[in-house]
Formats: sequence, structure tokens, C-alpha cells
Amino acid sequence: MLPLLLALAPHVERLPVWLTLSWLACAAGAYARARWRRPGLPPQRAGKLGAALRLLESRTLKLLLALAGVAGVLLQYGTVIGPSGGIALLVFLSGVKLLELEGPRDRLALLFVGCFLLTARFLDAQGLPTAAWMTLAALSLVAGMAAVQNPTAPWREHGALAAKLMLLGLPVALLLFLLFPRISGPLWSLPHPNAARTGLSDIMAPGRISRLIQSDELVFRAEFAGAQPDSSALYWRGPVLWDFDGFAWRIDHPLPAVPPVASVRGAPTHYSVTLEPHQRPVLLGMPEHPPEVTPPIQSRLGPDLHWQMREPAAHRLRYEADAWLDFSLDPELTPGRRARALALPDGGNPRARALARDWRQRLGNDAAIVEAALTMIRTQGYAYTLTPPTLGADAVDEFLFATRRGFCEHYAGAFVFLMRAAGTPARVVTGYQGGELNPLGRYWIIRGRDAHAWAEVWLAGRGWVRTDPTAAVAPFRVERGIQAALPAGERVGGGVILDGAWMRPLALGWDLVNNHWNQWVLGYNQERQRQFLARLAPWLTHGGGIFWGLGAGAGLLALAALWRLWPRGAGGQSDPASRAYARFCARLARRGLARSAAETPEAYARRVADQRPDLALAVDHITALYLALRYGGQGAAKDLHQAVKRFRPS
Amino acid sequence: MPPLANVLAQLDAIVLGKPHQTRLAVACLLARGHLLIEDAPGVGKTTLAHALARTLGLDFHRIQFTSGLLPADILGAAIYDRDSAGFRFHPGPIFAQVILADEINRASPKAQSALLEAMEEGQVSIEGETRPLPVPFFVIATQNPGDQIGAFPLPESQLDRFLFRIRLGYPDPAAERALLQGEDRRDLLARLPAVLTPETFMEHQRAAQQVHVADALLDYIQALLAASRQDTRFAAGLSPRAGLGLLRAARAWAWLAGHAYVQPEDVQAVLPALAPHRLFPATGHSGGEDWAARTLLETPIP
Repeated sequence: MLPLLLALAPHVERLPVWLTLSWLACAAGAYARARWRRPGLPPQRAGKLGAALRLLESRTLKLLLALAGVAGVLLQYGTVIGPSGGIALLVFLSGVKLLELEGPRDRLALLFVGCFLLTARFLDAQGLPTAAWMTLAALSLVAGMAAVQNPTAPWREHGALAAKLMLLGLPVALLLFLLFPRISGPLWSLPHPNAARTGLSDIMAPGRISRLIQSDELVFRAEFAGAQPDSSALYWRGPVLWDFDGFAWRIDHPLPAVPPVASVRGAPTHYSVTLEPHQRPVLLGMPEHPPEVTPPIQSRLGPDLHWQMREPAAHRLRYEADAWLDFSLDPELTPGRRARALALPDGGNPRARALARDWRQRLGNDAAIVEAALTMIRTQGYAYTLTPPTLGADAVDEFLFATRRGFCEHYAGAFVFLMRAAGTPARVVTGYQGGELNPLGRYWIIRGRDAHAWAEVWLAGRGWVRTDPTAAVAPFRVERGIQAALPAGERVGGGVILDGAWMRPLALGWDLVNNHWNQWVLGYNQERQRQFLARLAPWLTHGGGIFWGLGAGAGLLALAALWRLWPRGAGGQSDPASRAYARFCARLARRGLARSAAETPEAYARRVADQRPDLALAVDHITALYLALRYGGQGAAKDLHQAVKRFRPS
Repeated sequence: MPPLANVLAQLDAIVLGKPHQTRLAVACLLARGHLLIEDAPGVGKTTLAHALARTLGLDFHRIQFTSGLLPADILGAAIYDRDSAGFRFHPGPIFAQVILADEINRASPKAQSALLEAMEEGQVSIEGETRPLPVPFFVIATQNPGDQIGAFPLPESQLDRFLFRIRLGYPDPAAERALLQGEDRRDLLARLPAVLTPETFMEHQRAAQQVHVADALLDYIQALLAASRQDTRFAAGLSPRAGLGLLRAARAWAWLAGHAYVQPEDVQAVLPALAPHRLFPATGHSGGEDWAARTLLETPIP
């Protein structure tokens, strides 16, 4: 029962409470049954206990329980197949099965169900703690199987046996892990029920990103080859929002799939990203310019550098890219795109429009208007907060002239609104900014709370220029990260763990371990395998090399097994002394003095000495060495080996 | 000098020209087995048995088996004693350390089985009372070969109780000449000194069973047993008791030869004395005297 408990425990977080409770109830019943009942006999106890036991025995109860479980799972999940319903049903039925454990067959069946449920856990989680837990659970399952076969031995013995078996299996597992051809992409696509993860969306409305900010969830890790860029330069670009409906920014229709028009300057920055599954077909990166990506991902880069995948990233994704930080995008703006970058809803926010018109008339040129807006935000008492007051219908007006308290989405939205009202093409860009550098592993950790929104304005001759109004009001946000920018009372909740000064190295160290696990174990994909094999043995990567490698490995293991299992003594060749002696006999046989199989070594030696007195000394010596080794357990095989080596009868 | 070399030397001075047989006899005794000598009368069976007993300092009884022999004649009987007004046990000739059971196949099966039970158990039960036999207890039985009128050949199951069956055979001419020229054996035997005490000999018995046996040698013994059981030319294979006996005998032989460990040679040396009286040809096969041993010795040494 214990192994099953261990195998099931991780599922609990995903299972409804009633299921967990009923499983535990079944387990308790099974325990009571095992405790008070002699197997194979009807319960003989009188009184309440006896009645309870008889109830546990009854077929009807089990049938009813099973039916109730199926019904419950159906109600909960709407299905009894698939990763959620199926597992829930299996868990439930394993509990009911506990009630009728009878003999090794039932126990084994239950243990195998446990194995299945154990692997099923990997559908949900593949982290390091999960793996460690699974190892423990697998160990207990194997020990359980050993216990089924040999019920009298103590548990410690079973544990030791299980550990030994698993250690023996390790080489095979390693070989298969390293060499077995990796399948690119998942074997089957499982719908993920827990899609409600936070992440960037195609819509930016007040409050959306700030909800994201509350999340400590890891979004991706990034590692730079060479020098670490400054935190303020790290604008991880996500969806570009073009369209405003008076309340929210969104993408009404995607841009046509044409490559971006851009010119780059300087050397690219090379970096790699390990992206957590995030359910949005957005590749995060710093594609200020189209990155060169390895391995090729089914993705496209829009003309606004909005980098999109075909499918949501349902699995952890690792890629490497080159990005140019110094570039200019769209030196010419097509009329259509220009119109889209200036479009505003017909009515609403009159004061902001008036202000923008005023700027246009007074200043005339786009760059000056941008400067004016940033100056306004910098100097007119605006504040950065995660808990802005609720805004009404004319949200931009209210924010700009009344509340003056907002978050990056407020600033970016209002800023782009002002620009468009003033006739300067502008758009909102969402993504992540900054991140936390893990000094242990020299890589950046980007979490939900690093989500950010900023603006881009199009200036003649320069193309799209990134303008971050949030940086104007709260420069800390960009320079030192989100935690520094917020007033002390509003720091993000996840910081409770991470902000304890003494905990910090620990947390960062743990993240480093996790990162390596992700990179080298979970992220061991086709590409990584190819790289690894190329370093190990280049020929392995060509053609069927990998299969040859696998075959050779399997062959080696089979040979080792054969060597181990070959009946000793029967062939006579497994013993080093016998092998040496056989060589010696073969040499004499070539001189016409073959030994018959039934001839004792001494008799043989006498016969040889009779016919070849010249060899007598050497033959006697070798025979004595061999006899002592093989039958006396004395002497060293080496001596015999050398003596036979020197023995060259003419 | 190998252990017991002086014993062997003294025996060979009495039983002329039969060093292998005397050595087998001593090995059989060392392995705590009983010896069956099958040969014509007058080839020195009694002399060998007598010489063995004298040399090892053991007391010796000879029982002549005849068709009229009763178990009580072997074991002894309780006889009324008028002085003590009670029955007193008169031990039979079996209460000696070395018994020469002469012409065992002439006695009735009843008398035979009395002896054979004593051999197996190391004790006798007479009138409800168990009496231990002396230690060491060693039976040398002789049997006339061939089918003679009025003989009861020992059944196969009882032959198995004898560790070795040997044949003395006629002496070769040189030994015969020495025998003819030499002193009367009976006088020689009477003057024969004990080379060992029974205690020393029992220590040798213990030591012999400590001789190292490697797995490879056990493999060989098992191969021999398997061959005897699988070979269709034999009616039945060697019993586990025979296997244990083979190991004991091989150890004893190795001890006599001064080997530190048992070698296949030792096994092969004792096999012809151990196997033939336990193995019989299946119908349609008939070999000579040494047929069974020859067949077994074809078994490859692993």
C-alpha cells in the first residue's frame, strides 16, 4: 500500500478533494481488513467490528463504490478518458482494488497500476523535485514487487534489492536516454487543462498586466554569450498592439506575413532562451531584429517584429538566437500601416485630444511632441503604482488629468493615445523588461512580474523608435526592476521568499540547479543530442550511426548478461586458469600430443613426458601451476598465463 | 613423506606386489567406508585384512559365513547366567574394530542383513537393547566370484553399502617368487608391530576429510554422476550416497598421496573401486570386469 501511496501522492494536487478522501477511506478500510481478517476465510468476528468487516467484504459495496467513482469522475471531468479523467478514475479504482487485495496476483496488478500512474505524473510536471520524488516512488514500487515475491523477508532487504536493481538498470536507462533517437515535438498532443496560466495576451486593458505582475511564475530564462547586457537594455519583445477601441489595446487583425524592413548596425548579441510553456503562440526574445534561431521553430516574424509560433508553447522550448540591438525598422511607413498607427476611435477623451492638437500646432515636429509628452509625465506629478484608481469611460483623460497614478500599461496606452491624437504614428508593445541575473549561473530569470508595456513612435528618417513613458515616471522600473519602482507597501507578494536576504543565495542556487535540469535533461532534444553525439563520437551523427550506437550498446549489454549467465564450468572456458590450460593443450595438440577430454592433467603430463622428455620440465611446471590454481585455489593466474606464453614446443 | 607412508610400506611387505590394492584398502578405511574383496580363495584376502588390523593397532575378528550362520552368531546373544541369576550378554564377533566377513555370499540373506545393518548404523540392536560398535568400525567382506551353487549373491542395494569393491588377483611372477621364498605369512603377521594407535588413525580420518575441494572438482564429480545417470548403457545411475562416497574416497586418496587438494587424478584413482559394483549394464550390454569404470572414465573433465 505504501508504494502506491507514494506513487499517487503527487497527483493529489490535481485531483478533486472528494477523490483523495475516498481513496484514503478505501485504504483505511483495506488496512482494517488486512489487520483483522485471516485471508481466505470469511470474517469470524462478532459484533460491530465483524459487521463492518463483512460489509467491507461484500461484493455489492465494491460494485457500488466503483460505479460511484465512475459517476463522480464523469461529473467532475465530463469524461473518463484522457489525462485528467482517466487518471482520476484509475486513482479511484486503485483505492477500491485495495479493498479486495487477495494474493500476489492482485498485489502485482495494483503495483503495475502504480507504475502507470507514476509515469502519468510526468504529463503534468517534469521538474527536479518531481523527478526526485518519482525515483523514491519507483524504488518503493520495485521493493513492493520484491515483497510480493518474497513476503517473509524484511522490508530493508526489499529496499536494498530494489535499489540494486534500479542501479543495474541505470546504464541501460542512460544509454537509451543519450542515444535513443529523440522525437522532435511531442508524440501525441495532449490538451492541457491547466491553460489558465498567466502570460502576455493580445489585449492590453487597464489591469491586465498588473495582474501578471503579481505572479512570481517563471516565464523564461535567458543566457547571453559574452558580456551581460545592462538590465535597462533588456526589452523582451512580445505582441505589438496596434488597435485601440477606447478602452483596450489589441490586435484586430495580424499584419501580413512579410519580412520586416530593417537595417542593422554593429555585431549581434547571441543568446539562448529556455521558454516555459506559456500557452500563447509568442516567442519571447529580443528580436529587435530578426534573430537567427536554432533549432528551427515553426514561427514567423511579423513586419512589426512580433515573433509568433504556429502553436502555443505547450512544452518547454529552448532556442538560441542572434539579435541586433542597434537597428532601424521601417524607414518608410506604408500608407495603410501609417493609417493604422494613427487610428483612434471616433469619440472620447476630449481633453487628451485637445492637448495633443495643441502640441501639434505649437511644436509641429514629431520628435518635439514625443519630448513634450515625456516631459509632462516626468514633471506633472505622475506616480507609478500597482493599484491605480478605477477609471471610467474616458480612461485616458481621467488618468492624465485627474488620477495621475498608474502602471506601465496606463502610461504606454495614454502615451500612444496622445501621439496618435497629435498625428504621430505610434503603437503599444508588450513584453518583459529586465529580469533577475542569477550570478551563480550567469543567466537571467524572467518572471511574470517583469511584464511590461512600452510605446513605439515612428519618426521620419529614424523609423520606429522605442519610447518608454514608464521610464519617465519611474526610471527605477527600467533600471533596477519592478521591485525598486514600486512604493514599499506594494512590493510583489512572491518577494516574501525571495527577498529574505539570507534566503536569496539559496533561491538562486536552486534556480541554477533547475536551469541545468531543464537544459540538459528535459531540454535534451534532437539538437542537443546531435551536439552531444558530435562531441562524443562524430561518426554517430551520420546516417544510421545512432542506431549502430544503440545496437552496439545493446549488444554490449547482452554480452555482459551472457557472460554473467553463462553456465560456469560446463564450457570450461569461463575460468582464466582453464583458458590458459586449454591454450597449452592446443599447443601440444599441434605437436601431435592432443589431450583427451577425460584425461587428467597429470596423466596427460606423464604421457607427454614419455614421448617428449625434452618438454617434461615445462609441462610438469605448467601442470602443477594449473592444478594448484584450478583445484587448490592457490597461486596466481598470471604465473600460469606467463608460463603458457613462454611454452613453445617445437 | 606422505602421511601413512609407513603403514603402506608395512602392508606392502606382507601383501606382496599389490601396492594399489593395499592403498585402496587404507583409503577406504580412511574414508570410513567398508571394503568388499571379490576374489578366488587363497589370494591373500585374509592376510590383507589381518595385516591392516595389526598395523593400525586395531582388534580383529574373522567371521566365516556359512549357510547355517544365524544373526546371533554374528551379533551375540544374552545367555542365562546361573551365578548372577540373570541374562548376561555375550557379545558376538562383530564387536571388533576390524571384521573380516569371509565368503559373505554363502550365508543366508538373514545373516547377511544382520551384518549389513551393523555396517550402516554403527550399532546393533539385540533383544531391544542398542549397543554401540567399536570405533573405528571397519568391515572387510570377501565374496567368491561367479555363480556358485548354494550362494546368495548380495543384492544391489546392499552392495551400495560397501564403499569399495576390489580384486586382489594373482601376484605377478616376481612377487610370487618373493612370496615362495619368504617366511610364512602367518608367522610374519604374528610378529607384526602396530605402526599407529587407533586414535592417531582417527585423526588421519578427520584430516583427510579436510582436504581442499575446489568447485571445479565438484563439477567433475557431478559430471561423473550425471554421466552415470544419463548413459543409457547403465541400468541405473550412481546414487547420491555413491556421490558422497566418491568425494570422501577421493579426499582420502589425496591425503594418502600427500596432495594439498583433491585433483581429478584422485577421483579417477578411486572410481574403478567405487563404481563397478553399483553400476550394472542395461539389457543387451555386457562388458568385462572394468567395463563400468572404463565407460565412466570417458567423461570429460570440466
